[in-house]
Amino acid sequence: MTNTTVLLDFFRYRPSAPNHRPWPRYRLEEADWRTMIDIVAVSDWDLLGLWATAGEVHAALRESENAAVVVASLACPMGRYPALSGVRPGAIRLERMIRDLWGLEAEGAADQRPWLDHGRWPVATPLGVAAPRQPERLPYAFQTAEGDGIHQIPVGPVHAGIIEPGHFRFHANGETVVRLEERLGYVHKGIESLMAGKTPQEAARLAGRISGDSTVAHALAFARAVEAAAGIEAPPRAHWLRALMAELERIANHLGDFGAVCNDAAFVIMLAHALALKEGVLRAARDVFGHRLMMDRVVPGGVTVDLDRAQAETLRTLVRRLRPRFAELEALYDATPSLLDRTVGTGVTLASLVHRYAAGGVVGRAAGRALDGRRMPGYPPYDDLDFQVPLEADGDVHARLLVRLAEIKESLALVEKIVDGLPAGPLIRPVPEQAGEGLALVEGFRGEILTWVRLDEKGRVARCFPRDPSWFQWPLLEAAIEGNIVADFPLCNKSFNCSYSGHDL
Amino acid sequence: MSLLRLLARALLKGPITEAPPDPDRAALADLAQRVAETARGRLGRSLVIREVDAGSCNGCELEIHALGNPLYDIDRFGIRFAASPRHADVLLVTGPVALNMAEALKRTYDATPAPKWVVAAGDCAKDGGCFAGSYAVAGGVSAILPVDLVIPGCPPTPTALLSGLVALLDQAARRG
Ligand code: SF4
Repeated sequence: MTNTTVLLDFFRYRPSAPNHRPWPRYRLEEADWRTMIDIVAVSDWDLLGLWATAGEVHAALRESENAAVVVASLACPMGRYPALSGVRPGAIRLERMIRDLWGLEAEGAADQRPWLDHGRWPVATPLGVAAPRQPERLPYAFQTAEGDGIHQIPVGPVHAGIIEPGHFRFHANGETVVRLEERLGYVHKGIESLMAGKTPQEAARLAGRISGDSTVAHALAFARAVEAAAGIEAPPRAHWLRALMAELERIANHLGDFGAVCNDAAFVIMLAHALALKEGVLRAARDVFGHRLMMDRVVPGGVTVDLDRAQAETLRTLVRRLRPRFAELEALYDATPSLLDRTVGTGVTLASLVHRYAAGGVVGRAAGRALDGRRMPGYPPYDDLDFQVPLEADGDVHARLLVRLAEIKESLALVEKIVDGLPAGPLIRPVPEQAGEGLALVEGFRGEILTWVRLDEKGRVARCFPRDPSWFQWPLLEAAIEGNIVADFPLCNKSFNCSYSGHDL
Repeated sequence: MSLLRLLARALLKGPITEAPPDPDRAALADLAQRVAETARGRLGRSLVIREVDAGSCNGCELEIHALGNPLYDIDRFGIRFAASPRHADVLLVTGPVALNMAEALKRTYDATPAPKWVVAAGDCAKDGGCFAGSYAVAGGVSAILPVDLVIPGCPPTPTALLSGLVALLDQAARRG
């Protein structure tokens, strides 16, 4: 049964926080928070994020039908708040994170174990009332699976390839995975604490290093949140240049992921060709924007780079040369049964689960969840640009590849349209030094990033919470691998390509 | 496009190389030559690297990965990446050392047979970079391991990584 309560109707008469933009933030009493949870249980509202500030928790909710977004806040003077994880499983790890970093307890939480805190820091609850302690490894109780012949395979944190660290605990019966449990947090760097007290320009450097592969998208989400908090808009030319870099980032990453998945299916030649194309994109980014990954080019207020005629031509040439070679790879994928045999039907994510977790990006769109932050809520310049949001229904490795391939083509076309339509004007405007709160939703190559920022009276970052798409995708990987063979794990994992750093913060 | 046609074309047309002149290209050829000479003399034609991410943002990993693409093709110089530290001559470490990773890093080092070299790749590995001073970070790689070489950059480009490895080989040759 779905509820018919309209999101905004529920919140309409609650007190709202001043200067929270562009969507409202409401301060709830505990009874109202509980009522909200009851309604969430029977509604299809998405939980977009859950975070804390000193003594307060905040949940971002969205109603997809009318693109309404709200933030609900609850003060927790006793250090506890009613858990959301009972009705939205995406909240489970976020509640564990909040307890580890802030010391706020989620009452009735679905999982009470620590998450980012491995016992190694010299303080407990570093962002709340920090408590000094003697670092020592915290024991961790993995979930179990019992049955005849079931054995465990621990993997990581240091993996065999050139990838980020994390721990995977498999329970397998022969070749078949019975249960996978992830343990993350190994690359936790305390990014939120490092951002606090910095100017938006200083903090932007950190935002661009939350997950290096999404440096443009994270810097963009941060910049938009700061601009919302300060009540300004970046100049039009900056919007277009930001989108140009974001689409190049999407193309480069999707090419790499496409090649890597094929490689994990032992089809090595595809990786070589895909990486050669990716390298072309990175070199064009270097030639045009001065940095292969385009770090530190998107800043609060605008951008630090421009595009002249010759550079525009460099990008047109890139697209012109890349497109036919990409088409060959796509055709080769389609015409190689041994490859399709590995990807079709492997690592299926159910549409119902994707919706419950509000999993965005390729993972969501490969399982029928037609959401893309560029469309909804949408942000400039995408409202002026024509593009498709590719969708697949099967939710397997193959579907995730098809979505990526289709998105590469859309993004190549977008690059051309942006280069051709780039409006004239300034690149950046000053960010006024004043207090405010801002929320931004931005579509990175992995999916939707939510960033929330609070600026103090001097315009410094009092608090920033960046929620990488990986938070809602990692748990689905656990479900997707169940019943598959252990040997297909690398393939499944690559087809998700979740960020460790973006999640661990 | 069939696989055969793709292969045939690759054979006929030769390796993929970019048409426009590239500033990295000359440097690369020069480096390739030097790596080949030094690595051969010193380590008997091969250098095996184990990469460890000790807390990176993953930007450094992207560029280390790029070393394997057909334009840099690090394999052709006898440099390759191993899955196990037990097969490695060099630990290539990225990121500030996150305290949650410090023990795993130390254990990976201990599992690497001597003689071994530690290369700290990237500004974070150098001194913690923009993550220095956090409650969750030990600092640069040298906070945990003896470092033989630092390759700065955020992230270091593939060319910078390659020149760093050459410098390391030179150093090792002089020492040995
Ligand atoms: S040096 Fe730069 S790219 Fe490398 S891990 Fe640090 S922030 Fe990321």
